[in-house]
Amino acid sequence: MIKALRKAVLLIVLLGPLSALIAFTWIAPAVLTTFLSFFDVGLGLQLRPVGLGNFYRILYRDLWVPQILQTTVIYVLGVLAINSGFGLVLGILTAYFVKKESVSLFFRTAWLLPRMTPGVLYVVLWMWFVDTRYGLLNAILSMLGLPTPYSWLLSKPHSQIIMIAINGYVGASYGMIIYSAAVKSIPTDFFNAAKVDGASDLQIVRYVILPLLKWPILFVTAWQTLSLLASYEYILMVWGDTARQANVEVWALYTYDRAFWLYDYGYAAALSVFLVAAGLIMIVLYMKIFGFRRLMEPSRVEV
Amino acid sequence: MVSVTLENISKYFGKVRAVENLNLKIEDGEFIALLGPSGCGKTTTLLMIAGIYKPSKGNIYFGDKIVNDLPPRDRNVGMVFQSYALYPHMKVFDNIAFPLKLRKEPKDFIKKKVQEVAELLKIEDLLDRKPSQLSGGQQQRVALGRALAKEPNVFLMDEPLANLDAKLRVIMRVELKRLQKRLGITTVYVTHDQVEAMTMADRIAVLSNGRLQQVGRSEELYNKPRNLFVAGFIGSPPMNFVDCIFVEEGDEAYLEAEAFRLRLTDSIKKILKENARSSELILGVRPEDIIISERKAEGSFEAEIYAMEPLGRDVIVNLRMNDTILKMMTSSLFKGAVGEKIWVRISLDKIHIFDKKTEFAIL
Repeated sequence: MIKALRKAVLLIVLLGPLSALIAFTWIAPAVLTTFLSFFDVGLGLQLRPVGLGNFYRILYRDLWVPQILQTTVIYVLGVLAINSGFGLVLGILTAYFVKKESVSLFFRTAWLLPRMTPGVLYVVLWMWFVDTRYGLLNAILSMLGLPTPYSWLLSKPHSQIIMIAINGYVGASYGMIIYSAAVKSIPTDFFNAAKVDGASDLQIVRYVILPLLKWPILFVTAWQTLSLLASYEYILMVWGDTARQANVEVWALYTYDRAFWLYDYGYAAALSVFLVAAGLIMIVLYMKIFGFRRLMEPSRVEV
Repeated sequence: MVSVTLENISKYFGKVRAVENLNLKIEDGEFIALLGPSGCGKTTTLLMIAGIYKPSKGNIYFGDKIVNDLPPRDRNVGMVFQSYALYPHMKVFDNIAFPLKLRKEPKDFIKKKVQEVAELLKIEDLLDRKPSQLSGGQQQRVALGRALAKEPNVFLMDEPLANLDAKLRVIMRVELKRLQKRLGITTVYVTHDQVEAMTMADRIAVLSNGRLQQVGRSEELYNKPRNLFVAGFIGSPPMNFVDCIFVEEGDEAYLEAEAFRLRLTDSIKKILKENARSSELILGVRPEDIIISERKAEGSFEAEIYAMEPLGRDVIVNLRMNDTILKMMTSSLFKGAVGEKIWVRISLDKIHIFDKKTEFAIL
């Protein structure tokens, strides 16, 4: 009896603070947001019940939604390709192909720089880089004799390319770190065995490294999908209120706009509910692909 | 098949000298063991033959062709690793087929070859399983199969039996030896286990600190060790070593140790006088060359039984004379009690004598 009590106390002590934190910062806002989504709430914070009206508006009446949805899909897939795909290339390059640890450390650190740079500074650097008249990007392009666009920021596809590049450049290091750690954890015997079996380095990547990185790849992809769905900070900092005209307004930014520029809290809440639902669906989907139970087992870098 | 020659091979990793000036010729079809303690450079040597490491100095020949710059895939070697290194995401079939697939062999041929190897190694029923579903012994066979499927010119094995339990190891020792003789593939076998090396290999190369100590057949290494290291490394229980001094008194010559004095025969005396550079020597006596003497006799000395280690058929008797402890191997018919004093003598025709400074064998 005392033993069971002690165990319960221990559980509360250990898990309590975190559970409270999650409840306070995640569950409560989610419940509140869902609640608000059934009302029309303006600047005066008076609740006027509208039933499913906000959701109806998103699905059938809001003319911006198709464009926002399309931008969001382009944004998530594009940045994901860099974060997960290019991160994988970087991870394998720095952990397998570059044999000298000091060199690979240098490259990894270089890719971590944007993550270490304060967001505002990072954005200022980008804006300087893509500036039409004084920017380095156009200078390089014209030096190579390539056409330079009138503006990199005003309209798609250039604006969307920059949107993906800004977010991808800062995000690639996350996947790179996970992948390079995973490659490093593969015993060298596998590489040696494959070399003796007659594999070239590229064949080793194809037949040994990639299959063994299956779990890290799925993990990074899932994690990045979820965080990308909810991210908009860099877009907001670069484009501000011109994001929609430039075709770079993603769902999360649109929600932010509705809430904090137009004070249409009820509608923004409904938009958020869509985002949470999309996230939940993705989680379920990825868990299905991962096999949740297998994910929870010890190390999935199989050896 | 092909012969393998290592000519003045050295391998350095930064300041670490893993292998130093190694010369070794492995004949076509020969089974040679590289034997030595951990860190002696045996696996490094094997990986140089495989082409994973490039020698820092010297040449490696396959037949009469230098292969220093040939990548592993162009050497046609098969290798079995201590960890087996089976690809965990591939089924047994795909593991064995992997080298053939890389060689772009036709599918029918691959299937036939895998089947053939599987039958040879009695793993036909396991082809559909993943490595994680196999026992250690089965994994080892699959690893052998993968190395054999490509019909290698040289077969390299890095402690392939180290992860098996003792009983299976004894069985696999015989099977591997038979398989190698049957296929006639030039084989280099790395091990730190002298029993494995002695029972399986045609010849053994003993390495220590990256240097070759001696090459020879088991009985050569056992009976004629070239230096103190080989003498101490080969044989279980190991050879007894006793510091001693060579003294002459009139016509007689003795080895004088802390605990006893050994009168030498004229022939040993002659050899020592001709070859010993100093009078400080090390006497080496194998445990089976210490013999119980019924009573005090010429050349025998008294020792106290310090401990008994029965092994079933034999017993190791630890003898104490002052501060010296010698291991004696005798039949388990010997009944002695700890603390009892007995008379023993050393077979003079079996002793080994080493120079204390150079550690090379004089006798």
